[in-house]
Amino acid sequence: MTSIKSAHTARSQDRVSAILRDPESLRRYSMADWDLLIRQARSSGLLARIRHMLAQNHLLERIPDVARWHFDAAATLADKQQLAVRWEVTQIQQALAGLAIPVVVLKGGAYVMAALPAAAGRLFNDIDILVPREQLNQVEAALMLAGWHPTGLSAYDQRYYRRWMHEIPPMQHMQRATVIDVHHAILPDTARYHPDSGKLRSRAVAVAGLPGIHVLAAEDRILHSATHLFHDGELPHGLRDLTDLDLLLRDAAAAPDFWTHLCARADELQLGRSLFYALRYVQYFLDTPVPDSAFAALHAAAPDRLTLALMDRIFTRVLAPSHASCADAYTPAARLAAYVRAHWLRMPAHLLIPHLFHKAFIRTEQDSEAPKPA
Amino acid sequence: MKLLQLSPSELQQRLSGPGVWLRTGPFSLRVQSRIPSVAKGLVDLYGQFETRDSRHAFADFHVELNAPSMLRRWLRPQVDFSFDGSLPFKPLPLDQAYPMLEWGLNWCVSMHAHQYLIIHAAVVEKNGLAAILPAPPGSGKSTLTAGLVLSGWRLLSDELTLIDRVSGLIHPLPRPVSLKNQSIDVIRGFSPEAFINRASHDTAKGTVAHMRPPRESVRRQHEPARPGWVIFPKWSAGSETALSPRSKAQTFMFLAQNAFNYSHLGTDGFRVGTALIDHVDCYDFQYSQLPEAVAAFDRLAATPHDVD
Repeated sequence: MTSIKSAHTARSQDRVSAILRDPESLRRYSMADWDLLIRQARSSGLLARIRHMLAQNHLLERIPDVARWHFDAAATLADKQQLAVRWEVTQIQQALAGLAIPVVVLKGGAYVMAALPAAAGRLFNDIDILVPREQLNQVEAALMLAGWHPTGLSAYDQRYYRRWMHEIPPMQHMQRATVIDVHHAILPDTARYHPDSGKLRSRAVAVAGLPGIHVLAAEDRILHSATHLFHDGELPHGLRDLTDLDLLLRDAAAAPDFWTHLCARADELQLGRSLFYALRYVQYFLDTPVPDSAFAALHAAAPDRLTLALMDRIFTRVLAPSHASCADAYTPAARLAAYVRAHWLRMPAHLLIPHLFHKAFIRTEQDSEAPKPA
Repeated sequence: MKLLQLSPSELQQRLSGPGVWLRTGPFSLRVQSRIPSVAKGLVDLYGQFETRDSRHAFADFHVELNAPSMLRRWLRPQVDFSFDGSLPFKPLPLDQAYPMLEWGLNWCVSMHAHQYLIIHAAVVEKNGLAAILPAPPGSGKSTLTAGLVLSGWRLLSDELTLIDRVSGLIHPLPRPVSLKNQSIDVIRGFSPEAFINRASHDTAKGTVAHMRPPRESVRRQHEPARPGWVIFPKWSAGSETALSPRSKAQTFMFLAQNAFNYSHLGTDGFRVGTALIDHVDCYDFQYSQLPEAVAAFDRLAATPHDVD
């Protein structure tokens, strides 16, 4: 594999991935380094995760007294959110029990329910679930009965979601204000690739003690995380999601023939390209151990050299902490390119161009207030 | 070095360049702004606070107040509050730049400092014991707080009661006291020593100005205090000054509902809250005349505390 050339600000200033690659480096930290690390980690949603990693490496006492509370406070919040996620999943299970359908918890919620290392210090915005498309209406009705209601999106967004997307508009609980994203697939119907949701469900693993609740199998979980990351236009938590992937990969790699299975499954689900990028950039940002054999197995799905050179320039910037200190003159262009690319992969041109036009020029007050379509 | 030791031009230069570093209670700030009223507000109100060269110092909160865009500057001048590059609020009219700094700093603390149980309440101290004054807006909480701290009580905070989750002690954050509408003139009339800065009009809370915290409160801003009382003030025209005991259970429920981060702390929030309630006397307090109210508080501080 060609290596990534980088001599830009996003690499030299990024304290967050630097400390995740090499925790011992904090021994050389000045107060200005701590200042920058905390700011970047906060805007990446990674303060609690870094604290967890420092605790594992017995380095907590190396944090200067004036800086420590930032990590502790974030960990307090993360611990509370884990409890809340468990409670929320129990509530979802009760709301949907009568339908007798398989419910798959995705992403962060799944890491908590499966007690994976990727749950450590993770912060949440919402809970994602995957249900069979045929039962989508019943699921929505059952959730409404239990107190979740569609969020106040504009009529355009409502139509956009229901006609083209792989999920219905986010539903928010009336009392707890928690948000669920209900998916029937992991990519939109209009997308370039069509991973079969039935295949994902067929290997899902039941969560002990919660009948009907499942999480994806280890390989599928990684593929979903990779797909989500490389099809998401805005990447507000790009580095956070990349550290999820790093933790998922390191944990799953202990299984025999893991890399062979992972690459074969990616091929089967048409997700080889996303996996290729995921492996390339976790290695770049976080030194995740990935064998050369994995890149070789993904050779057919890999982009050509020119495309790859362009993608490197984009993703080495947009996956860095979303903080002013990591931005250079090309960062805005890289963000725009990532946004357009993600939409390009998600819908054909005759839908994409009117959609981007609407988003750019016909943005109503309600559009900008409400949660944006993913 | 204290902020007042910086020359106005040096302060202006730092504010519009690398920022002014300030320590307020347990938190350090770096403030950047090119707006003259922000510089004036800092000079008027933060003179006694410690400052350092912001280029080498660690800061908990990096905030900036500036105009949103060039076009806006001419059309209808506005100000944005930026917390390290993110904008938690909609812009306000430029005239409200200084109060926006104060509101923004309150937001920074209440959204992040979960090492404390943070109650939305004023808190003042005398003879080592703190009186927590929670109350809905319009109850005369800020007026009473200003009156007390101009009469020998120590200002711990006028908005944020920070209860250390480990020690149970209250940590001071003696930033300027926010005064609204009539209370600005009430306090001017109450004490000639009160310094109140330029008022901003037509804010969401009406006319708002800030009173400089007493020098002694700032000097002792790292000295925590033991909770002594929770007192719910209620200003009511023509009423007699009256202090009446109040149920501890009700008081606990009110504090939990009016804490910024009670639910974030999980069971620890309950533990810290109940430990606090066990150690305080709870009262309702009605008043109409500020000098009488201060005298009633002084009598309370002089009485031996019957809890503990």
